[in-house]
Amino acid sequence: MEFAELIKTPRVDNVVLHRPFYPAVEGTLCLTGHHLILSSRQDNTEELWLLHSNIDAIDKRFVGSLGTIIIKCKDFRIIQLDIPGMEECLNIASSIEALSTLDSVTLMYPFFYRPMFEVIEDGWHSFLPEQEFELYSSATSEWRLSYINKEFTVCPSYPPTVIVPKSIDDEALRKVAAFRHGGRFPVLSYYHKKNGMVIMRSGQPLTGTNGRRCKEDEKLINATLRAGKRGYLIDTRSLNVAQQARAKGGGFEQEAHYPQWRRIHKSIERYHVLQESLIKLVEACNEQTHNMDRWLGKLEASNWLTHIKEILTTACLAAQCIDREGASVLIHGTEGTDSTLQVTSLAQIILEPRSRTIRGFEALIEREWLQAGHPFQQRCAQSAYCNSKQKWEAPVFLLFLDCVWQILRQFPCSFEFNEHFLIMLFEHAYASQFGTFLGNNESERCKLKLQQKTMSLWSWVNRPSELSKFTNPLFEANNLVIWPSVAPQSLQLWEGIFLRWSRSSKYLDEAYEEMVNIIEYNKELQAKVNILRRQLAELETEDGLRESP
Amino acid sequence: MEHIRTTKVEQVKLLDRFSTNNKSLTGTLYLTATHLLFIDTQQKETWILHHHIASVEKLALTTSGCPLVIQCKNFRIVHFIVPRERDCHDIYNSLLQLSKQGKYEDLYAFSYNPKQNDSERLKGWEIIDLAKEYERMGVPNGKWKLCDANREYKVCETYPRELYVPKSAILPMIMGSSNFRSKGRLPVLSYCRQGTEAAICRCSQPLSGFSARCLEDEKLLKAISTANSGNHYMYVVDTRPKHRMQSWWDTQKDIGRIIVRISSKIWNDEKIRESDEKKRLNAMANRAAGKGYENEDNYSNIRFQFVGIENIHVMRSSLQKLLEVNGSKGLSVNDFYSGLESSGWLRHIKAVLDAAIFLAKAIVVENASVLVHCSDGWDRTSQVCSLGSLLLDSYYRTMKGFMVLIEKDWISFGHKFSERCGHLDGDPKEVSPVFTQFLECVWHLTEQFPQAFEFNEAFLLQIHEHVHSCQFGNFLGNCQKEREELKLKEKTYSLWPFLLDDKQKYLNPLYSSKSESLTVLEPNTVSFNFKFWRNMYHQFDRTLHPRQSVLNIIMNMNEQNKQLEEDIKDLESKITQCKNGLLTKDLLHVHPESPALKTSLSLKEQSLLPVNDTLRAIEGSNPPDNRYCDYPEEFSKSEPTVVSLEYGVARMTC
Repeated sequence: MEFAELIKTPRVDNVVLHRPFYPAVEGTLCLTGHHLILSSRQDNTEELWLLHSNIDAIDKRFVGSLGTIIIKCKDFRIIQLDIPGMEECLNIASSIEALSTLDSVTLMYPFFYRPMFEVIEDGWHSFLPEQEFELYSSATSEWRLSYINKEFTVCPSYPPTVIVPKSIDDEALRKVAAFRHGGRFPVLSYYHKKNGMVIMRSGQPLTGTNGRRCKEDEKLINATLRAGKRGYLIDTRSLNVAQQARAKGGGFEQEAHYPQWRRIHKSIERYHVLQESLIKLVEACNEQTHNMDRWLGKLEASNWLTHIKEILTTACLAAQCIDREGASVLIHGTEGTDSTLQVTSLAQIILEPRSRTIRGFEALIEREWLQAGHPFQQRCAQSAYCNSKQKWEAPVFLLFLDCVWQILRQFPCSFEFNEHFLIMLFEHAYASQFGTFLGNNESERCKLKLQQKTMSLWSWVNRPSELSKFTNPLFEANNLVIWPSVAPQSLQLWEGIFLRWSRSSKYLDEAYEEMVNIIEYNKELQAKVNILRRQLAELETEDGLRESP
Repeated sequence: MEHIRTTKVEQVKLLDRFSTNNKSLTGTLYLTATHLLFIDTQQKETWILHHHIASVEKLALTTSGCPLVIQCKNFRIVHFIVPRERDCHDIYNSLLQLSKQGKYEDLYAFSYNPKQNDSERLKGWEIIDLAKEYERMGVPNGKWKLCDANREYKVCETYPRELYVPKSAILPMIMGSSNFRSKGRLPVLSYCRQGTEAAICRCSQPLSGFSARCLEDEKLLKAISTANSGNHYMYVVDTRPKHRMQSWWDTQKDIGRIIVRISSKIWNDEKIRESDEKKRLNAMANRAAGKGYENEDNYSNIRFQFVGIENIHVMRSSLQKLLEVNGSKGLSVNDFYSGLESSGWLRHIKAVLDAAIFLAKAIVVENASVLVHCSDGWDRTSQVCSLGSLLLDSYYRTMKGFMVLIEKDWISFGHKFSERCGHLDGDPKEVSPVFTQFLECVWHLTEQFPQAFEFNEAFLLQIHEHVHSCQFGNFLGNCQKEREELKLKEKTYSLWPFLLDDKQKYLNPLYSSKSESLTVLEPNTVSFNFKFWRNMYHQFDRTLHPRQSVLNIIMNMNEQNKQLEEDIKDLESKITQCKNGLLTKDLLHVHPESPALKTSLSLKEQSLLPVNDTLRAIEGSNPPDNRYCDYPEEFSKSEPTVVSLEYGVARMTC
């Protein structure tokens, strides 16, 4: 298919662009296969380059022959184009609609993008499972790498390489896979070096109504327990939901068959409940005229912060089992691709200092989200403005980022990255020139040959010039476990995401810069003092040498 | 002392407010003449000033003892369990007495002795000089004069002695207007914006009742209006909600109707007994008396405006609701937000700020003067005038300027601090968080304009603390006349010099003084810009706070930078000396204990909350129960860490 077929009117003059915080600009609108471009053709005005894939929904209006297209983006920005001429306007609108909802992944921009920067390190090879495993293998010999899923046949949503207990052979794994939802047998998610406890994750056990059991499954997870120790099973669904799942062939671990495990049910919402929550929240944040009662009412009704609290609480619980109770944990919900990953990755943020560094956080996303098979393409297909209520669209990843932001707010010096880093990840998960978040799992990415055909987000981010934008100037490595407060009074609306286009952050940005200046100045002074001290010391030694012949 | 029966109780438990599994600290409770003191087994001290106690409650006896819940005006809530009921009862009774004093002379300020001599104390009181402040505004000038009509508090008891009025205002106008206004509070100058002639004036409501007029008052307003040649009209802002005045107006009409009916009965020679109608008439007349607002028809060139701030009673119950919601254990997000909404607290804060913005806009955009009043002109009027000035004049955003602002618009103009804060045992209906709201509005401004204020949040919290502490004389009494009668300047200390001495703690490290002195703040009051002020209402619930405070780190770093600059100068001069061969033995040790190098950033963590039992512990356990004001100290007290290698070299070579 040629993009040209979809572009009936590639260019319109005298289009007026309205966007938040900028004065209206009149210029020429151009449509390309992947971008909407508006340029005033004057030297000092910034051009608008908008990826079609960032467009969530459009509205059109006509007053006489003047058409207006309102473009609602997946990053929640809303821009308006006034287009003279009804035909042009209709053409542009239908082109945008078509181009922003292309069916085939291979038509997406990452397959056409040619980077203008020098690649220092190929991000596709930055975080290999083998490297991750090496980090653990110095501390423990109880685990091994298994290549059982090399062909993606045992579990289509798992990566080719997974970490499993050494004592369990691939044959047993195959049996366990048959007993777990989507073939997602329990694998290692995190190894707590401090006490050797682990977080594992999986899909739900397929016990069904008649309480099927699987000896190998029991053996696998028991293999992670120390003698005489109990472990915790954290089911991210309420008991009720878990029980209902049995009717559909799913279920949960029965006490009788897992006597060494204590099961705890939490209730983290999924799918459309989350999507609706996001839609309501963004709607509330976009309305400037709400009076106080209405605003607070809408904020409450969105339930967004309730979801944040629930996810964080469950992550704290998991972390607490590991660090305080000295017990290993297995976490799953239904598929084990959404709430499960929120909990395992947040628990690591709490427990593991490395995951609070830029590199470590990237590795965490690679490991716990991309390779673990969070279906990004499905979940991030649409955002808060879309009317098509597809079951699989849900802001699961955004909720995770929001939770990280909440912890970052409470421990502003313990993270190597800043808020912009999280916002950047949110943007790229929904629309990007990079291939990293395409596809729903490693198997799909493999088939799409993303490594060969697209650029990795990490190749771009991990260049010093980009990294400097995402580095937290307050960072000071903190090797402790960080326990966030999950009280409602401690949780806040993430303004950097949700109010980003609704209010100017000029004064806050200036204050942030001033803070950076103070820190930079401090470093400068420290360095200078050290140089002077050394100078003085040298002078004094010389002096001393001269005195004592 | 006669109220204290038991001075010491051992084995008392202090429960964690938010813990659902009754975590507690055990320790000893001491009762002194001024404080309640709890020392736990870790020797950590919790001091509670008796005057800070808002309520004491003795709950039903439990197996572990008798629970005693103390709520403080600074929003600290402590929950003790006293093993023996008798002890609990004694403490309870003592606290009831000690927290509610009947006489000013029994308040802490009269016994508080910071070891200063008389001249130091007097100097402290002289730090703020309001005459100088009016001078700063350029008053008196060709348009405004100092009026000595109130020298002896004869015109208005609740006003200061010095009143600034339009130059053309003659004594009969002043007397007439004063008689026409509630409590004699005639229109006077509050703030005059330099460079223009637009001014903020304040007063109380006119006692116009049904239809009364006062020519002198009309003339005085005319004089205020003409004192500003920049605009031919002026605004009269009534800070009360329009709907409340509407119902008052309806009452007026009812009265009219009843009068007509009664007169017709008289006309018909019917006997008028103590009839229902007469009773109703009296009640309504009483309610209606002392209410009113300016009729635009009677005053030339005024534009009348309601801005809708609720009265002290609404505000009191709003705060109460807010605190009830926040105090609940295991609070859900939805309960929190629906509680926040139904309390109306943020709605009220927004209303106050919106009113102040109206003022600032009238002055800056329209160059029009504004006259502000509510009912008596000492609550809402103080809020709006002071916040309006704060938006207009960056001087009030400095530490000193903020003190001046409080002295001017709150203390001198007779905000009834003692009644509103319940300093003495009095009418609980007079208590209202009007000043707290003012501080919260300022906090919201500091959040929106992080570089516009010289002071930080700790400063606001400390002022709030002392408005209620009765430790200093500034806020005692309800008006200047009363304060003079109490001889506060002779018998008590002023808070301001103590705050200025501790200036380092209260400085905003991001403050940028570069901005023009007359930069006007234009806050955005879209609802989503208003947040719950956790550090005020949960200032003692440390588990709810961020574990690392950016403000404190940057504050420390600023301090450290100053020290480093010194060190560099020092080192440079020593190096020059060294080079000149002037090195002497005692110069060898270059500040070996220089704090700068010892304090490293790695000490930012406050307490990394240790969680030891169940999940609930995550929500709030082991609260390091320090007062907020101890905060900065905690950070500066950081343990020495890595001494840089260079430094080590330097020492070894010495």
